[in-house]
Amino acid sequence: MFERLADFLVYDLAQLDATSQMGAALHFFLMDTAKIFVLLGVIIYFMGLLRALLSAEKVRAYVRDKPRWLARTLAISLGAVTPFCSCSSVPLFIGFVEAGIPLGVTFSFLIASPMINEVAVVLLAGILGWKIALLYVLAGVIVAYVGGALMELFKPERWVEDYVWKIRVGQTQLPQPDTSLRGRHRFALGEVKEIVGRIWLWVFIGIGVGALFHGYVPEAWVVEHLGGQDNWLAVPVAVLLGIPLYSNATGVIPIAEAMLGKGVALGTTLAFMMSIAALSLPEMLILRKVIRWQALALYVGILAIAFMLVGWGFNLL
Amino acid sequence: MFEVKVLGSGCRNCATTYQLIQDVCEENAIPITLEKVEDLAQIMSYGILSTPGVVVNGKIAHAGGVPDKKAVLSWFKAQCCPGNESCC
Repeated sequence: MFERLADFLVYDLAQLDATSQMGAALHFFLMDTAKIFVLLGVIIYFMGLLRALLSAEKVRAYVRDKPRWLARTLAISLGAVTPFCSCSSVPLFIGFVEAGIPLGVTFSFLIASPMINEVAVVLLAGILGWKIALLYVLAGVIVAYVGGALMELFKPERWVEDYVWKIRVGQTQLPQPDTSLRGRHRFALGEVKEIVGRIWLWVFIGIGVGALFHGYVPEAWVVEHLGGQDNWLAVPVAVLLGIPLYSNATGVIPIAEAMLGKGVALGTTLAFMMSIAALSLPEMLILRKVIRWQALALYVGILAIAFMLVGWGFNLL
Repeated sequence: MFEVKVLGSGCRNCATTYQLIQDVCEENAIPITLEKVEDLAQIMSYGILSTPGVVVNGKIAHAGGVPDKKAVLSWFKAQCCPGNESCC
């Protein structure tokens, strides 16, 4: 349906040639814009209906006082289904610390939350197929699990800013959420408005970059430099490139689509996506408020290595 | 007079929430004193983990995400026109 719409607009209405660079790029842009924004609205709405029942405060209550493996598993699954605005990372971090939740578990949560979310998963499945969506989630869960556990080995407690330990979370009665169907409908609509309002620019930039890549980068060049298993350097370059680049997990998908379409290896593409979604400068600056730079450097280092391993692993498959 | 506090460490959603409350109250002539709380220790003392949070007369009215207009009005409704459902 979206393809036919784009066909009509680009080839019939604007009379562009399907084989021209301009035509290919514009076709990609229009098709992805229509597809992604429709999917985005629908998914966020339905997840919102469910999520009206879940909050960060509840996540904390579920995770605290659980054996470590269970706490980590819960933290990752809850991190995956709850999209928190990155400005909430600091209160979340402090709240977890104060509840006595091990730091390693908190890090697992912080890794999983931006990287895996239902929006990215459904879009991935819709655009690149279920197989790649599943691989992405699987890799993300493993990275979050192992990454958090590794962080713990380095005893990151010593790098937590002193004031964090002193903060006491108050015991206030939170407002009861409206759990009637009407209340949930209102919450879900609010979620659509809020999340789309927050990420639409990233999605557009992603589609734009994807479209340029799709229309203007020659396939032969891509296959030679970024495809195949021989060029193992492509993976670390993709990860390093992804660290300063920042986008929402959703915005990366059209770029991944264009990369895969041109023959970039799957592992390289996945590593690039994860690096862009999970490692970002603004997020680091926010976390710097609660942990010292040693812990941040370790966090970035562990994640970068994990993403490279994911990349090489999938390229070998 | 309502005493309203917006809890949040200065992100965009917090600024949006602050502005929304100000606009809604001006529109409906609801008298409030509006204050931003950016100090983390103070924010956490209210027991919320997701910002922005809103405190009305010392009680948490909202936590996490930008509230909608209707929600904002509902915080004040009980006192601006009790018993009149169609008022705000």
